Amino acid sequence: MSGNSTYQPQSKVLQWFEKRLPIGGLVHSSFVAYPTPRNLNYWWTFGGILSFMLGVQIITGIVLAMHYTPHVDLAFNSVEAIMRDVNFGWLIRYLHANGAAMFFLAVYIHMFRGLYYGSYKEPREVLWILGVIIYLLMMATGFMGYVLVWGQMSFWAATVITNLFSAIPGIGESIVTWLWGGFAVGNPTLNRFYSLHYLLPFAIAGVVVLHVWALHVSGQNNPTGIEPKSDKDTVPFTPYATVKDGFIIACFCIFYAWFVFYIPNFLGHADNYIPANPAVTPAEIVPEWYYLPFYAILRSIPNKLIGVCALFGSIGILAFLPWLDTSRVRSGRYRPLFRQFFWLFVISCVALGWLGTKPPEGIYVILSRVFTFYYFAFFLIVLPLLGIFEKTKPLPNSISESVLGAKA
Amino acid sequence: MTMQRTIIALTLAGSLAAIAAPAGAQEHQVAPPKLSWSFAGPFGKYDEAQLQRGFKIFREVCANCHSMNLLSFRNLADAGGPGFSAAQVAAVAAEYKVKDLDDKGDQVDRAGRPADHFPSPFANELAAKATHGVAPPDMSTLAKARTYSRGFPWFLFDMVTQYQEQGPDYIAALLKGYEAAPKDFKLPSGGNYNTYFPGHVIAMPPPLQNGQVTFDDGSPQTLEQYSKDISAFLMWAAEPSLTARKRIGFQVMLFLIVLAGLMYFTKKKVWSALH
Repeated sequence: MSGNSTYQPQSKVLQWFEKRLPIGGLVHSSFVAYPTPRNLNYWWTFGGILSFMLGVQIITGIVLAMHYTPHVDLAFNSVEAIMRDVNFGWLIRYLHANGAAMFFLAVYIHMFRGLYYGSYKEPREVLWILGVIIYLLMMATGFMGYVLVWGQMSFWAATVITNLFSAIPGIGESIVTWLWGGFAVGNPTLNRFYSLHYLLPFAIAGVVVLHVWALHVSGQNNPTGIEPKSDKDTVPFTPYATVKDGFIIACFCIFYAWFVFYIPNFLGHADNYIPANPAVTPAEIVPEWYYLPFYAILRSIPNKLIGVCALFGSIGILAFLPWLDTSRVRSGRYRPLFRQFFWLFVISCVALGWLGTKPPEGIYVILSRVFTFYYFAFFLIVLPLLGIFEKTKPLPNSISESVLGAKA
Repeated sequence: MTMQRTIIALTLAGSLAAIAAPAGAQEHQVAPPKLSWSFAGPFGKYDEAQLQRGFKIFREVCANCHSMNLLSFRNLADAGGPGFSAAQVAAVAAEYKVKDLDDKGDQVDRAGRPADHFPSPFANELAAKATHGVAPPDMSTLAKARTYSRGFPWFLFDMVTQYQEQGPDYIAALLKGYEAAPKDFKLPSGGNYNTYFPGHVIAMPPPLQNGQVTFDDGSPQTLEQYSKDISAFLMWAAEPSLTARKRIGFQVMLFLIVLAGLMYFTKKKVWSALH
């Protein structure tokens, strides 16, 4: 998307069109000629997977919306009608429900990859922050989509999450009432969640365009973390990256299809097959697995306001990562100490996810606090200090040297 | 004391989120035995004869108290279901009385038609509650709405072994799980002791006994058999598309594996020039 394209269409018609709207050149420079580092490993294929999943979610979602009824008395049954009476409705719904989980799985791998290889560092700060915004939008969209089912877990998740805002001193209660459109989670809440759940994916798509744009300005990072220096360091996007992404998307689809066709309710909660009932609180209210680490952070802090701040802070802090990490070496490959702290961070996130499913009592609380502390310490203490004290390994002279050895 | 205060504080923090589960909600649940089901695994499908027996139990026993609102009579003839013929479905439907309006707008009870939903045994939830103390749950999605915790690491293995039959396992165990309460157990009046029900106190009295329902296909008329057949029927009611889903799933898997293989070799060929 940067610079002038050398694209010259063959046919006269396309040449005529290109002169008036150079969209062919845009596509050509962005997805054909675009140089990608030749040493990208498979962790770099998750951007393609995520684009694919966004497409799947939007298409299945639009079809579901044709059959869904956003009303407290009808929503649950309309979802069941999709499962029972709409042709292949069960397939579309299971694709959508499990697709959300796949989307989050892919985004987590994508984020951890960025973290490990320092993809957020200069000149990619804006690229990274756009990614954080996409992630935030995804979380809001996923949450509201879960509510639309209007089962017991939907209803109580909506109650729990909207209640978070009541922690804001003074105006909290008013904000919650405003969010609900009433004095409890009810029909106005469901209606606006439906409206926003339909809107936000297109907002995500918009930010994705900016994300890809920013990516194409700065170019991709790569496992060595050093910038390409010559043509020998890069390969054109097509066919090299397209065929690689195509292969990995096919593999990802096998994994995805396993869930959709064989264990479609594995990631869901049984209580969500019980229609929402404001009079009955479920024995346990657990969010979807992809929110569990944040849920554990929230519950690890006894003060409600501080807990909510920690919850939002744990995501917000990601936006400051480019400046919190003071090391001039990008890739974790050449940072032996960073690598250990990184894996400890991954373990902390998984552990927090597990603790999110546990009742907030006894040993679970203590563990949640330990891992919450490390979560924040990683960003606020470890990363700033590592840049000063860490002795990094020598970097290769170029990407092609790292791939082909010194003789190249 | 500090610990206590911490717990209180946490409970408060929890209720911010209304997550404070009612005391004792984390009650120990006894894991039901894993049974073998025709619909388990990648090639699983419903057993027509079993679903027909299950439907007989539903009709003669369960339906006296439980509704199954989301299903219509016509579903009994759907592919992958109990396999009734259209004529059989019409005959079954006609045995029911369905509330409707006549041409003058007066309410009438007419014979059921295949397109009708299964009528509820009670006019509304309040009536059900007034009769039973607790409204018996609707059975349409029951087999998917009931489960038990598998815990770590079993839930991870379940992902690979495709164990998705927690619901029917639980229901079958529950139906056989009625026992005399242990001596030190305080059973509230109107409650029944059940090994597998969370908290052990269930409002439903034992619904099935040996010999209660007559089978025409020579299957044993035992509680053991009944509990399996009705659980299978409820699983079908909750997930009628299961047979089609697994059949299509296998085709999709084959396609994707071939596609991924072709993509792999294409990728290898394209990249080979570079290395």
